[in-house]
Order: sequence, then structure tokens, then C-alpha cells
Amino acid sequence: MKQDKPLIIAGRAFSSRLLMGTGKFSSPEAMIKSIEASGAEIVTVALRRVELENPHDSILSAIDTSKYLLLPNTSGARDAEEAVRLARLARAAGCEPWIKLEVTPDPQYLLPDPVETLKAAEILVKDGFIVLPYMNADPILAKRLEEVGVATVMPLGSHIGSNRGIRTRDAIQIIIEKATVPVVVDAGLGVPSHAAEALEMGADAVLVNTAIAVAGDPVAMAAAFKKGVEAGREAFLAGIGRTLKTAEASSPLTGFLS
Amino acid sequence: MSFYDELKQISWNEIENEIQNRGEADVDAALKAPAVDFDNFLSLLSPAAESRLEAMARRAHLLTQQRFGKTISLFAPLYLSNVCVNRCAYCGFNAGNPVNRLTLTPEQIQAEGEFIAKMGFRHILLVSGEAPKVVPVEYFTKAADLLRPSFPSISVEIYPMSTDSYRELIAHGVDGLTVFQETYNERLYPEFHLGGKKRDFQWRLETPDRGGEAGFRRIGLGALLGLCDWRVEGFFMGMHSRYLMRKFWKSQVSISFPRLRPAAGAFEPLHPVSDLHFVQLLTALRLFLPDVGFTLSTRETPEFRNHMIPLGVTSMSAGSKTDPGGYTMSDGENGGAEAQFEVADHRSPELVAEIIREKGYEPVWKDWDEAFLA
Repeated sequence: MKQDKPLIIAGRAFSSRLLMGTGKFSSPEAMIKSIEASGAEIVTVALRRVELENPHDSILSAIDTSKYLLLPNTSGARDAEEAVRLARLARAAGCEPWIKLEVTPDPQYLLPDPVETLKAAEILVKDGFIVLPYMNADPILAKRLEEVGVATVMPLGSHIGSNRGIRTRDAIQIIIEKATVPVVVDAGLGVPSHAAEALEMGADAVLVNTAIAVAGDPVAMAAAFKKGVEAGREAFLAGIGRTLKTAEASSPLTGFLS
Repeated sequence: MSFYDELKQISWNEIENEIQNRGEADVDAALKAPAVDFDNFLSLLSPAAESRLEAMARRAHLLTQQRFGKTISLFAPLYLSNVCVNRCAYCGFNAGNPVNRLTLTPEQIQAEGEFIAKMGFRHILLVSGEAPKVVPVEYFTKAADLLRPSFPSISVEIYPMSTDSYRELIAHGVDGLTVFQETYNERLYPEFHLGGKKRDFQWRLETPDRGGEAGFRRIGLGALLGLCDWRVEGFFMGMHSRYLMRKFWKSQVSISFPRLRPAAGAFEPLHPVSDLHFVQLLTALRLFLPDVGFTLSTRETPEFRNHMIPLGVTSMSAGSKTDPGGYTMSDGENGGAEAQFEVADHRSPELVAEIIREKGYEPVWKDWDEAFLA
């Protein structure tokens, strides 16, 4: 098996290929224990949920920033202007200049607005941010985002919180094939086998939140996702055989000819 | 086109009959449906669904956790004025009630706001009676200016205004609009609303349309439970929500469930809603509207609120005072200003938060940031 290399995002190396969200947990304790069990090194936090100026903020104070890269996200932003403003606010409050860009004008399905996401990404990159954009599984949009200088692309498997798995498989496959930056499958992964599937396809990492936070036992589910991600990555590195519609005899019928 | 045009197409009586005629087989079909449609929804509101309440509750619980997580948002109301020109048969602020009236001064608003912020709240709901001469739009923009430094999210539950007035409120940092239709029964509506601008059913019904047009990010609606048949009200709340979600697709819709409580004027609800029916209404709506926020106020008792936490509620008020000046002024100081309704849950916000934690949920004080609004 090929030796695995660390995941490199914007020049920074990570050994875990599982990123975690911090929403929807029943308590900060359940959140932090789940993060520990997942092995994640990057955790994303919704800026609207936290008080950046408050040292006692229940979410921020639970996350040890010497162990984890705190990745603020712009969840709730409806357009580029709002997302940019939130990102700048986070940086001004002392966060590292990493930002998970989410522009989701529809509060029902939380689908990303491609036009505003591209616009915001361009502004933020120019402004010195390391931008990780949540996006639709659109291969052309992925290239356009790369062109403006994002650090990863984060296509959705299915809509946020749906646990429906990778319903955008063909498009994600093209994104992976064409990508020059890490591909992180971001939303809709409901069970560890979905995460494994993403890594088997060659995605560089996945981001999971709802499936872990809402599970009966979030810590156990986080540990299960860790294994799913590792299994998927190992299978990808091992070299996956072709899928065939018919049986292929291991003793070929024409073997006698040679 | 407004929601009034849609409502006109639907006969209250036909919906009532349809709901009454559903059987258990219809309810089971609704529970098996991958997504609950209007037809399924009618079945879930029917008397036949009472025998399937546990199944509905379980599904409502899972759907809500999936969509909103194991969290309950907390907010507090700030009553600014109980002056009102309307004569609503059920309301303590009724212009005909010989009660003490008070409109808070800017200093008093500041003091009440500071008190509420100290309790931990970052989401506030401004409430007033309908008295545009006493509390014009400028009164509310001034109040919003005063409160904005402490509250990332400010909503209003005040008298219906024009789209332009709503734009002014939004420009001053107000992000949410709540307006209860009280009843969707246009024929019976005048019997409860005996005087004042509120007699205009259509003006009130189209308020969320105007709010959506102006760009509120949160739009709240509700029927006052106890006025008319809750099953039909529930159907119309579901219709109204779906309509708003289609038309104002960037706004988060939420529903409140105010159940009539004792108030000055001693109005007896004609169609009292039992606890069981309350649960049926809330869970049926959840199955029909997995993405809509549900709010439960301190009108309900502590015990009932505790039980409702896992059943689909996403937002609760706590520590509420429903009389202007109620947080910081003694009865002597605010002249014994009348409360809109009698609070049943007097527990402190911290205690309510503790109960929420015990139930396995995270109490969320802040879920918004003023940076969104520039």
C-alpha cells in the first residue's frame, strides 16, 4: 500500500482527514468529547453562535486552540457582503485568518449560493484570508473558486443535516479528478460508510456535524466516523479494483492459448 | 397576490369536515409518507390521529433534532407599552379595560434592556399594543438603537405596519417580525376584535407579506389557541408557513402557540385546547413543516413546558414579564401597569436553562450576530 501523506491545506499539515462541526450538540461537553473521539484537528464554529469578545463563551472556551485549528464559519450569511463582514470581524477579534465560507440564503435547505460564494471568496482571498468555501457539487464552480485562490473546495454530498449521503457522486468524482486543491466533502454524510465512500472516491477529507451531534451516542458515533474515514482512505491508497457488471473468471477461458 | 388571496380559495367548513372524516388508516398512511403533504397533514390533525399520538411525537422529536440539533434557543420579551386602541375580547390591553397604562421612556427601555442582558439573553422581542400616536415607528427605531449594543438579535411583536415602516425598523437592526393572526376564521374574527384597526382582518393577515417584502430575516406567525377549532387553525398555520417559505425564501419562518390564559376582562375561551390536543397540533405541524421554528412562551406552566422540550419546540422565552417596566420597576413605580397575560412559568432563565440541559439539550442564548446587518 502506498504510504499516506498528511493532508496539506494552505501549507499546513494535518494527519486527520475528518473535520468536525460544532453545532447541534446537547452540551459543550458532548461536543468536545466527540471532537476528541473523532481525532479531528480542524473544528468549525458558527460565528453567529459565539461571542468572540467573551472569554467565557461556552463553545469557544471548550475548544483548546493549541490542539485544534478553530475554523470560524459564516453560517447564516445571505450574500457576499455579509459573509465578508463576518470574516473580517472574526479576524479582528483575534481568530486566525482561516474562514469556512458559507453563503446560504435559503434557511430551509441551506444550499450555497454559487454567485455570492465566488464573489466573497475572491474578496476574502485578496484580503489575505485562507478560504475554505462550502459549495454545490459543481465542477466548473470548483475550478472558478480555485482560480480566485481558495485553499480547498468543499462540495456537498447532499443538503446540510440531511444524512442522505453522497447524492452528488458523479459531480464530486469530476471535481476530484480536476482539482488542484484538497477536496473536502462537506454536507449530508449520515453514517461512517458515507464518509468511507467519499475517501474511497479520492476525496481528501470530509466534514461531519449533524450525523455525530444528533446520534444517540455522539462520542461513539464520532469514533465510528474516524474509522470510516481511515478505512476509506486506506482503501483508496490500496488501489481499488474495477467494478464489473459480469463475473470475470480468475482462470481465463483463453488461457490455453498462451 | 398575498396570502389573503390563497385563504379566500379555501373554505373553513370544508377543511373542518375533511379533518373530521379522516380515519386511522389515513393517519397511518400519513405516518408512512416519506414527506407529509397537505392531504397527510389533514389526517394528522384529525380526531383519528389521537390514537397515534405517540408515533407522531417520536417522529416529531427525531425530525426536530435532525434539523435544529439538540438545542433550544432562549429569548425574553420586553414590553414597551400597553397603550392600545384595539378592543380584543381576550386581551388585557383592551382599550375598554380600565387598567393602568404605561409607555416606557428611553431611560426605562435602557434599564429593562440591561436587566434582560444581565440574565444572559442576547435575543430580545419588543412588544407593544397598537397605538401609533403614542408609539410611532420612530419610537421603535429609537428603542432598537438603544438595545442593539446588548442584543445581536431584536424582533418585534407590535402592531401591523406598512412595508416602508418595516424597512425603517430593519435599517435600525430589527431582524425579526412576529404577528399573530389570532384566528384564520374571517367570519368569526370580528366577534373577537370589537374595535380598533385590528378589526381589519385582511390588513393583519397580509402583515407577514409586508414584512417579508421589507426583508425581515425571521417571520413569526400564530393563532391564539382557544378562539376557534384548533384543528382548522393548525391547517391554516401550515398553509401560511408554506406560503411564506415559498415567497420569502430567504426568511426563517416560525410558529408560536399562544394558548389563552386568564386576563383582565375574564374572557372564556370558546374552544379550549387540552394538553393532548396541544401536543397533537404541535407534532402534526412539525411533521408537515420540518424546517419551521416552534416557540413556546411562559403562558404555559413549568411542568408542561418541561414535557414539551423534546417534542418539537426550538425556542422558548423565560423569566418573562408581560407588563411594561416589569423587570426593573416595582408595582408602585410602573403604576401597576397591566400585564398582557398572566405568566404561568415564573422560573428564572437560569433555572429554565438548567432544565433544558437536564433534558439533554443545549440552551442557546446567542444564535445571531449584528454583523449580519451592517
